[in-house]
Amino acid sequence: MIKGKFIDNLPKVYGIYTGGFLVFIILMAIAEQAGMTAKTIGICFVAFTVSIYAIIGYLSRTLQLDAYYVAGRQVPTVFNGMATAADWMSGASFVAMAGGIYFKGYGYMALLVGWTGGYVLVASLLAPYLRKFGCYTVPDFIGTRYGGNLARVSAVIVLTVASFTYVTAQINATGTIASVALDIPFGIAVYVGLASILICSMLGGMRAVTWTQVAQYIVLIIAYLLPVFWISNKMGAGVFPHLMLADEVARIAELEGQFGFTKNSAADLATVPKGLAGITKAHSSVNTTPWKFISLAICMMAGTASLPHVMMRYFTTPSVKTARRSVGWSLFFIFLLYSSAPMLATLSKLSLMDPNLSTGIIGKSISDVQALDWYQNWNQANLMFVSDFNGNGTLDLNEFFMGGKAVVLATPEIAGLPYVISGLVAAGGMAAAMSTADGLVLAIANALSHDLYYKIIDPKADTAKRLIVARVLLVIIGFAGATIAAMEIQGILGSVIWAFDFAMSGLFFPLVLGVWWKRANAPGAVAGMLVGLAVGTWYLIHVRTGGAPIWGVTQLTFGIHGALASLISMVVVSLATKAPDAATQRMVDEVRIPSGKTVLGRQH
Amino acid sequence: MSKQAQHWEKTRNLLFVTLAIWFVFSIGIFFFGAEMEASSFRPLGYPLSYYMTCQGSLGIFVILIFWFANQQEKIDEEFGYTERGDD
Repeated sequence: MIKGKFIDNLPKVYGIYTGGFLVFIILMAIAEQAGMTAKTIGICFVAFTVSIYAIIGYLSRTLQLDAYYVAGRQVPTVFNGMATAADWMSGASFVAMAGGIYFKGYGYMALLVGWTGGYVLVASLLAPYLRKFGCYTVPDFIGTRYGGNLARVSAVIVLTVASFTYVTAQINATGTIASVALDIPFGIAVYVGLASILICSMLGGMRAVTWTQVAQYIVLIIAYLLPVFWISNKMGAGVFPHLMLADEVARIAELEGQFGFTKNSAADLATVPKGLAGITKAHSSVNTTPWKFISLAICMMAGTASLPHVMMRYFTTPSVKTARRSVGWSLFFIFLLYSSAPMLATLSKLSLMDPNLSTGIIGKSISDVQALDWYQNWNQANLMFVSDFNGNGTLDLNEFFMGGKAVVLATPEIAGLPYVISGLVAAGGMAAAMSTADGLVLAIANALSHDLYYKIIDPKADTAKRLIVARVLLVIIGFAGATIAAMEIQGILGSVIWAFDFAMSGLFFPLVLGVWWKRANAPGAVAGMLVGLAVGTWYLIHVRTGGAPIWGVTQLTFGIHGALASLISMVVVSLATKAPDAATQRMVDEVRIPSGKTVLGRQH
Repeated sequence: MSKQAQHWEKTRNLLFVTLAIWFVFSIGIFFFGAEMEASSFRPLGYPLSYYMTCQGSLGIFVILIFWFANQQEKIDEEFGYTERGDD
């Protein structure tokens, strides 16, 4: 079904799919006019899209190793770009990013620069070389390049720590959206989310995940862009918001000057529900120190280049050349969403702040605001709150509080868009969280099944047994992630950023130097991975327990210290021990030439 | 110098150029956030600092990767390392 002919017909297949999805949106809009309730629309959107992913997952089932691990290495450039974009853009990007920009402005946008700039590193330093290597997983590269089980196991450890930190946040996000859209308790919704994630990846591994991720990208990008364009046009802000919101950005700055940022007393803030925040920082002006901005950007960039679930997407292209180009396409598809997030934040903020707009609430009387339908809905969902701290009867800027997720989830409703758009946004958020969770769970399970089980524990295992082990591990990892997600230990965005720091601490230099420094050897790489991870973790605990920051590095940028320790220890230990043997040096030479056979065989 | 060493030298030089451009737009300019904000050059009317963080640098990265891929393909072609048959 999926061989040969399917690959040739990809544009047609996904074209029909996109058309079908648009028709579904229109049908839902008609149903809404005919009186279908908001709740039913939400359920339809989530159920419809998830069942399509499940069908794709089932059709892509496979019993072949290279199809399971690397989608048979035949994913075309542009489609791999879309799949990577979905793999990359998590629930955090979709639901939380515009909110972060809304509250923190310029300082937060370091994440936009970091999460895109990292792809330049991926394209130039790593992806083409790892593709030439022909590995199944990232530890597969480390283990073969440096040689020895210790290096392989160290890579598996770093990968698991980083990816597991990330995946709990994604399962948490899937659960949040499923619980809102399907109206079930969060504790159950988490497992509903998990089941949908596993359906997509269990039978077909990387092949199934690839084709569902393409489908998920299409849903999530429509769900993000449609409301942004619609709201912008409805507000009269501009036909093409990305190019035309300069006046709105300036107007927000003007209103900020007019309202002023009043600091609330601790006693007043204590009455605000947990997780909600007010606008306390300027929207567009520079509100942070250069080092704070740059250190966060550096961590996100190096983390991007070290996260295994992204890297392994480039193992699926047909050639080295296509791997390189595919990185460009990935970033292009990511750019479409990332460049829209600040625009959504601007539109959302202005529609609430500007007294000249009918939707504006700042400066209105508190009782009027409390009587608004949408305010009551989102207040009930614990995502909005107003309180008359100074007792003057009107709502001041410092008296309005909102949850980060509300910017994406509630703005369509505030702007007066039909409910069908809110249902669409829920489906988009679900797609974003599911696609990333799928990639992560697969990255961990593949590393454990291929590198730990097959390469170290039982090298004689046959194909059937290896695939069973891979699937069993997938389910176990998924359940472990869901169990931790159900405990709700940390916020979505915080743990995502930590994952980048962990990956950067342990894997960035061992990966890069593996290609670019022939003298790097196994003891050096092991030292680099373990010391990096240990120092990073130590620094995180140090800052979390109230220790004084070193060089202004916070808990969000602890990867700076981790990666630095990793680099130093790797270079020192490599130079202090024997140079790699001639065979390894030849292997590195081989990796640097794009043409010819891969270093590892097609099935290994 | 062998063919392979020459190929690698050119590849490395391309990497340095690419990383230099990357450094300027991901790190370099953000040392001057306040100066960019005060600048009278306002692309599409946005303050320069705001524009670079939400569109400028991001767009430049997209173009940079495609440019890099093209240059690398040229180098590979020059040395006869182009892959055949599989793409």
